[in-house]
Amino acid sequence: MLRLDLSYQLIVNLNEKELITQLFKTEYRKIISVLCKLFGPAMSGIEIAEDITNDTFLLASETWGLKGIPENPTAWLYAVAKNKTKDYLKRNKIVEEKIIPSLKHNQNQTEEIEVDLSNKNITDSQLQMIFTICNPIIPTEAQIGLALRILCGFGIEEIAEAFLTNKETINKRLFRAKEKLRTANIKIEFPTENDINTRLETVLTTLYLLFNEGYHSNTHKTHLRKELCLEAMRLNYFLIENEVTNKPIVNALMSLMCFHSSRFEARTNQIGEPVLYDQQDKNLWNEELIAKGNFYLIQSAQGHKLSKYHLEANIAYWHSSKIENPQKWENILQAYNQLLLIEYSPITALNRTYALAKVKGKQIAIIEAEKLNLLSNHFYFSLLGYLHTDIDNVKAISYFEIAQKKAKSDNDKSLLNKKLKDLKK
Amino acid sequence: MKEFLMIFRSEINESFGPTPEQTQGNIQDWMDWMGGIAAQGKMSGGSRLSFEGKTLKPNNVIADGPYAEVKEIIGGTIVVKANNIDEAMKLAEGCPILSHGGNVEVRSIIPVNS
Repeated sequence: MLRLDLSYQLIVNLNEKELITQLFKTEYRKIISVLCKLFGPAMSGIEIAEDITNDTFLLASETWGLKGIPENPTAWLYAVAKNKTKDYLKRNKIVEEKIIPSLKHNQNQTEEIEVDLSNKNITDSQLQMIFTICNPIIPTEAQIGLALRILCGFGIEEIAEAFLTNKETINKRLFRAKEKLRTANIKIEFPTENDINTRLETVLTTLYLLFNEGYHSNTHKTHLRKELCLEAMRLNYFLIENEVTNKPIVNALMSLMCFHSSRFEARTNQIGEPVLYDQQDKNLWNEELIAKGNFYLIQSAQGHKLSKYHLEANIAYWHSSKIENPQKWENILQAYNQLLLIEYSPITALNRTYALAKVKGKQIAIIEAEKLNLLSNHFYFSLLGYLHTDIDNVKAISYFEIAQKKAKSDNDKSLLNKKLKDLKK
Repeated sequence: MKEFLMIFRSEINESFGPTPEQTQGNIQDWMDWMGGIAAQGKMSGGSRLSFEGKTLKPNNVIADGPYAEVKEIIGGTIVVKANNIDEAMKLAEGCPILSHGGNVEVRSIIPVNS
């Protein structure tokens, strides 16, 4: 089950391996953000922060296995990270000559460099890191990768699996992204009041794509997919918790994610095949997440800007309603119309036509569908197949056959196979 | 693709006073029609015009209302993308204004800097 609030009261009952896994999920991102902030992206500061944080957790797993779990594991991790940072600063000549002077300058010439692992600095550093990573100078895919690595503590292998690629590709991608931040001399800081809305939009786009990566990913590892969605929600929740970033648009995206993830258990069957919306067991929909979706939707209804997230959350709200009536689909259609006027995308155009069929009937939707001309998109042919079903089944079969040829994932192919079998009966 | 401006005109109807349901239905008709153009990725922008407006004439004469001496009023405009005027005219088909006695004027746009 998806839960947003992880409870750590059970820590006492965990063995040291489970505890380290848990702490890795929660503390890695905090320590690394503080260290990134301390070193800055210049002079490979992000890599240094990664190394020190990794070393800290490595030492924890070695030591705790031998000597047992310390009384306060989190404090132990922070203390080790601090010491390792100080050691590093002492050891490294380049750092001494180039970074320390600027650090001292920033800290009013204090003698000792302080690694500030206070709650406030952890929160500030994490927020600033979110804005640093979600920077338009880095390609979106690399933003998502870097976010998973630094803000979520994912391993390179997990990221590679999520993107259906190999470790080398991800390593290269992340390396280039860090180089970009370094050469462009990006500072880890909070955007100014004037910039915050535009910068926040980039952050939300990345979180939205991260969520979609999990929700629509082709990887068969359901666990990993949920994990990606959950991370997008955690980061989004982090923005809501902070006053400066708790904007209506942020709540709209949160609402959308809650509604979508409420159907997580219902949208795949026991053997991992997708179950389409119409065929889902509504009892498997997660009521708690639907309630949260409603809550954030209400929170989002402030201000003057109607964003695409508002509209998508609105559509998701109606999809989460178990009642079937004409008004439901009329509302969905209108939201899709508005969404398309804000931003065109082929998938929105297809979904809008599906909603149109529900409201005005398949005949009218066919005329509109034929104008879309999305000939390289296999979902387009699936839609045409659906619209022709029971109207002209010969045509429907030929459309589904084209869709099946164009479909890329095994899941999509098997779904279309089923449809074809039913039609040919 | 080129851009075309669609201008929606209809006659002034002094006794025009639709019920809220009629207004709602009318808005939905417009949204469905525009949504259909946007679904083809051919919508470039647009705006609905309100009834507030004045007209400036030579010698600083200001006439009240956007429709001082004309029979027809412009209700709004949109900009669409199409390869040629015939395609743009195809997009205009089904415009809700046609069923209320109005018309759609389609004009090709020449960018200012060309």
